[in-house]
Amino acid sequence: MTLPLALFFAVLLGFFSLEVLIHAHDHAGAVGGLFWTLVIVVWIAAGLLTSSLAKLKILNPTLQRIADLCAAAIFGLTLLFLWEAVTVGFAVPSVLMPPPSAIGAAIANSLPILQADFVQTIVKAVIPGWIMGCAAGFLTAIIADRVPFLRRGLIPIGNFVSALPIIGVAPIMVMWFGFDWHSKAAVVVIMTFFPMLVNTVAGLAAASHLERDLMRSYGASYLQSLFRLRLPAALPFIFNALKINSTLALVGAIVAEFFGTPIVGMGFRISTEVGRMSLDMVWAEIAVAALAGSLFYGLLAQVERFAAFWHPSYRAK
Amino acid sequence: MMSEAAPASTLKAPAARSGEGQTVPVLTIVGCLILIWYAAAIWLNMPFQLQLNPELAGMDLVYATWAAERPVLPSPHQVLAEIWKTTALVDITSKRSLFYHAWVTISSSLLGFAMGTLVGVLLAAAIVHVRALQKSLLPWIIASQTIPILAIAPIIIVVLGSIGITGIFPKALISAYLCFFPIAISMVKGLTSPDLMQLDLMRTYNASQFETFAKLRWPASVPFLFAGFKVAIAISLVGAIVGEMPTGAQAGLGARLLAGSYYGQTVQIWAALFMASGLAAFLVMAVAFAERVTLKRMGVKP
Repeated sequence: MTLPLALFFAVLLGFFSLEVLIHAHDHAGAVGGLFWTLVIVVWIAAGLLTSSLAKLKILNPTLQRIADLCAAAIFGLTLLFLWEAVTVGFAVPSVLMPPPSAIGAAIANSLPILQADFVQTIVKAVIPGWIMGCAAGFLTAIIADRVPFLRRGLIPIGNFVSALPIIGVAPIMVMWFGFDWHSKAAVVVIMTFFPMLVNTVAGLAAASHLERDLMRSYGASYLQSLFRLRLPAALPFIFNALKINSTLALVGAIVAEFFGTPIVGMGFRISTEVGRMSLDMVWAEIAVAALAGSLFYGLLAQVERFAAFWHPSYRAK
Repeated sequence: MMSEAAPASTLKAPAARSGEGQTVPVLTIVGCLILIWYAAAIWLNMPFQLQLNPELAGMDLVYATWAAERPVLPSPHQVLAEIWKTTALVDITSKRSLFYHAWVTISSSLLGFAMGTLVGVLLAAAIVHVRALQKSLLPWIIASQTIPILAIAPIIIVVLGSIGITGIFPKALISAYLCFFPIAISMVKGLTSPDLMQLDLMRTYNASQFETFAKLRWPASVPFLFAGFKVAIAISLVGAIVGEMPTGAQAGLGARLLAGSYYGQTVQIWAALFMASGLAAFLVMAVAFAERVTLKRMGVKP
């Protein structure tokens, strides 16, 4: 029942939204009441389509996932559509809010710049910093776990530091390590260290007493029980930290660039283009950052699915 | 990301169990860190001091590195002296007072926190009750956090500034954007935490959807709400501080950081950083206190 209905809404949606967008670009700022009626029709159709998609119950889990993805995708596309219709229809000055089409054009027109910024910020600063910070946090957690005195001292400190605005060290790091990517990587290392430390220590405590006793009754050494039991049991916690850190790392590197950079980098581009009021370029950088962040996050989620396949949260699905 | 709040609350258990055994290790480690700091201050500041005065040697050199005017790494007592000088010795309304700057930051971060809480709770309530939203909106809420929100900070401030909205509201908006996520996620968890049996009981009472919400879901979600609060209050402060950076704002801890970095005033940077940390600690403790009081009044046994 709902599937034909959904298809009907989808066709309606595609037809009207195209119509609206073409009309909006031909008569930017001078659209009439009919235009807004159409926009509202599209909006309602999209809402009905998502809700009918969400109600779909499909036995095949792959198809079900695709239907869920579609519901989410249509919601996002509707937001983009409304953004475009409103900015073009009301002729909002692009200094305030450029329409998505202008942002898309900015991306297409300045690919070399975006690529250079991407390499400077993400490849040179974020990724090395993220790896170093996570590795250092992980190793410290292993040591802290081995030495109870250290653990009791470090964990309260780690918890406390995790709540602090660590991003504030950015100006200091820029002074110490210079304007180039080294200082940004240093900020990323500091920002990612503590979440990893705290989460890994918590994860190493996740294996139950029963399981540990079993390992002891097997006569397993410390290393054997670490690698066979406690690290696998800690995997969900470690991946949680990796995911939190992937967002933190991006933020850290971009914000650190506000304090001084060579003339390349995403944070540099954002702050200079804001100064020149070319907001479409700013949004283009943000789109790149968001895309990189989401891909990184999605990749981590896939790796986790592969590495921690035995975990109840994956087995249930 | 989604379970950011959860490990934090599970962490409490072992810490609470070991109880009084924490003080000595924590103090030892803090002591070690201070010693390392002093040593690092000597090491990092020495080259410049030797450049200034090549005759310096021995303890004179050490003291010189700890008292440099624009050190690479200021020593702890210099930072404390700067904090003392800019809090206790100047008028609280003066622009030189750190309390004044801290107040500017805290006011926008609290406003943002309040807005973020409101949005987060409303979104969570909507998501729990409308099935379509759970599938269409929730993925985007999660995706919104993979965007480096802080990178948008300059845009929000410039855009709102150009249509005449200035002051604390744009900064509060950034805080709110950061805040709403942990609160929405923990509230979705909290509002769905009543189990089937309890929901069925409400059904047998013939409770309306609103009554179920008010009498069962909402009370059940309060502990989750506080878990979200703890994460949110800390990042709302970060949002406010970063919001003060890009436009060269005149006041606030972020502006102090930026000014310090422009003029090479390292001691000022460190003092602002310490003040921000103190503020964060104070806010988190205030939330923890409110949590204890609320849960006690709701009848939760400690």
